[in-house]
Amino acid sequence: MQEILQYLFSGITSGAIYAVIALGFSMLYNSTDLINFAHGEFVMLGGLMLVTLWGGVGLPLLPALLLSVVAVAAAGAAFQRLAIATVKDPHPIVLVIITVGASILMRGVAMILWGKDSHSVPFFSGHAPIDFGGAKLLPQSLWIFAIAAAIIVALQFFFKGTLTGKAMEACAVSRRAAWLTGIPTGRMNLLAFIISTGSGAVAGAIIAPITMCSYDMGTMLGLKGFCAAMLGGLGSLWGALVGGFLLGILEAAGVGLFSSGYKDAIAFVLLLLILYLKPAGLLGSVKVQRF
Amino acid sequence: MTLKPCLKRKPRGMWAAVLLAVLIAAPALAADVYKIGGLFSVTGPASFLGDPEKRSLEMAVAGINAAGGIDGKMLEAVVYDTEADPQKAVSGINKLINKDRVVAIIGPSTTPDSLAVKNFAERARIPLVSCAAGIAITEPVTPWTFKTAQNDALAVAAVYAHIQKKGLKKIALITVADAFGESGKQQLEKQAAGYGLEIVAVESFGGKDTDMTAQLTKIRGAGPQAIVCWGTNPGPAVVAKNIRQLQIDVPLYQSHGVASPKFIELAGEAAEGIYLPTGKILVSDLLPADDPQKAVLQDYVAKYTTAQKMPVSGFGGYAWDAMHLVARAMRGAGGDPAKIRDNLEKIDNFPAVSGVFRFSEKDHSGLSPEAFVMVRIEGGAWKLER
Repeated sequence: MQEILQYLFSGITSGAIYAVIALGFSMLYNSTDLINFAHGEFVMLGGLMLVTLWGGVGLPLLPALLLSVVAVAAAGAAFQRLAIATVKDPHPIVLVIITVGASILMRGVAMILWGKDSHSVPFFSGHAPIDFGGAKLLPQSLWIFAIAAAIIVALQFFFKGTLTGKAMEACAVSRRAAWLTGIPTGRMNLLAFIISTGSGAVAGAIIAPITMCSYDMGTMLGLKGFCAAMLGGLGSLWGALVGGFLLGILEAAGVGLFSSGYKDAIAFVLLLLILYLKPAGLLGSVKVQRF
Repeated sequence: MTLKPCLKRKPRGMWAAVLLAVLIAAPALAADVYKIGGLFSVTGPASFLGDPEKRSLEMAVAGINAAGGIDGKMLEAVVYDTEADPQKAVSGINKLINKDRVVAIIGPSTTPDSLAVKNFAERARIPLVSCAAGIAITEPVTPWTFKTAQNDALAVAAVYAHIQKKGLKKIALITVADAFGESGKQQLEKQAAGYGLEIVAVESFGGKDTDMTAQLTKIRGAGPQAIVCWGTNPGPAVVAKNIRQLQIDVPLYQSHGVASPKFIELAGEAAEGIYLPTGKILVSDLLPADDPQKAVLQDYVAKYTTAQKMPVSGFGGYAWDAMHLVARAMRGAGGDPAKIRDNLEKIDNFPAVSGVFRFSEKDHSGLSPEAFVMVRIEGGAWKLER
């Protein structure tokens, strides 16, 4: 019983990480119809910025965290302006390939700036694990849950409760119709990138104390986050949350009950199954089209 | 307008002149220097090996040249980056053999690269001194291949001897799912019985995994008296942190793969009390004065830190040793690869950074378990274990 609880804790800790990353994917897809395969790299930038500003420069935690997120969001804005908005024929495949190219470029730049070594930062608050019926949970995991929940509530409110959010959703439904009604689609697109990359940076920063940060951490995290977003249904914010936790818990249960050798296989077999049986994802409602 | 024809004509004549100059100069140059090839993973996933190795090789060459070279001739290092990709390593060794015509080759940095290029060196009859640790490189012994890095088997022996001395019987293994971890796991499983140890759990983790609590929970259930983790950064640091988190109160042993200050930095407080085997380079200051390697080690550490302006890495020494072994073998060989090979095999009792080398016809790795010492991390620093 105690073991099962511990597997569950392991699962929700990595699940929360996947969920926040999946949120970035889903949110951007929701408003621009685009899958940003460089998203994992923005997560990496968030983590490494925190390493530099908090661990290196020595700013207090909160300003360091905010500044990291702002800096990465600015990089996201620059990426949208320079690489996405300038494309003459914005066919989805072209844009997706641009994001893949951008991810390679960003990895290279990060390697030059931060070196090839891994970096580590201390926990946000205390490192003594909290005991729940014999199973141990890190305080940092609680931070991750809280911040992930805050982001999702804020995004939900933004999309459903504000005019800007609704306008952004309208852009995704039909860019042309949105433009005709007077929505500045270009600016909406930019805003979507800023929010998405900013949330990626938050994910990178809050997981930095648990994982180690290095220039090449983004690829696997991005892939797992994408997997979680697909599981839950691309475009659905709650789906991202459900997909992330489900993936994390299944991975941990797979390690505990079967073998650690199959950990990644479980995640990806699950993804294949979902795509086969329910292509829209668990909570997805958008129509899926092949392009 | 008047410039144009001028620009158009000039290069042709210039190139011809350059070509002529190269053709005349090339044989003259070649006679003045001995070329030594280097194959290192300077970039890519194994850059932590290749980068310090390249620096160390260049330092060693500069040092030998400053002291008058070999038999009055200077050395020249030609280094290609393998990016830890066996295909690139093969194209690199072909360039070294056919284009640069080197007399000996140092590297590659990783075991897969070394195994990929080994046969090319054998066929071309050029001595190859690998800087990788895999046993398969020099076992079975082939005439032209040597290596300087300590075997995994020696590190496992050092760890197991230490566990045995503590009177512990039941151990659990957690290894990284890559070549380093697999090779370590094989040795750990093979040698356990010889030290009276019972392996109660075997788990693995991915090189980029962020959380190993699930594996460790399973290990805790098996009730081991010690945990042995085999991997390279950053995974083992996560394992150390997770063991702290789960409050598993048994000694943790790490491999020589994390024997660098970086590990202590990454694992932070969770590094305290961890045991690991390491080459003596990490603890050169703590060694007793009568240690045969102490002088060599202190010389290397001092030179590396002043020349590179960075703390010494535990891996650059492999290339440093390889260069000095080759240099010793080159004396009186007149640049003949066959004579260099024969001389290498005759090297006996050569104190170097990674250990005291004793090559022979049957042993091309040349090191004994004494090449490793056990250390314990205490207060963020290494403490020598007796």
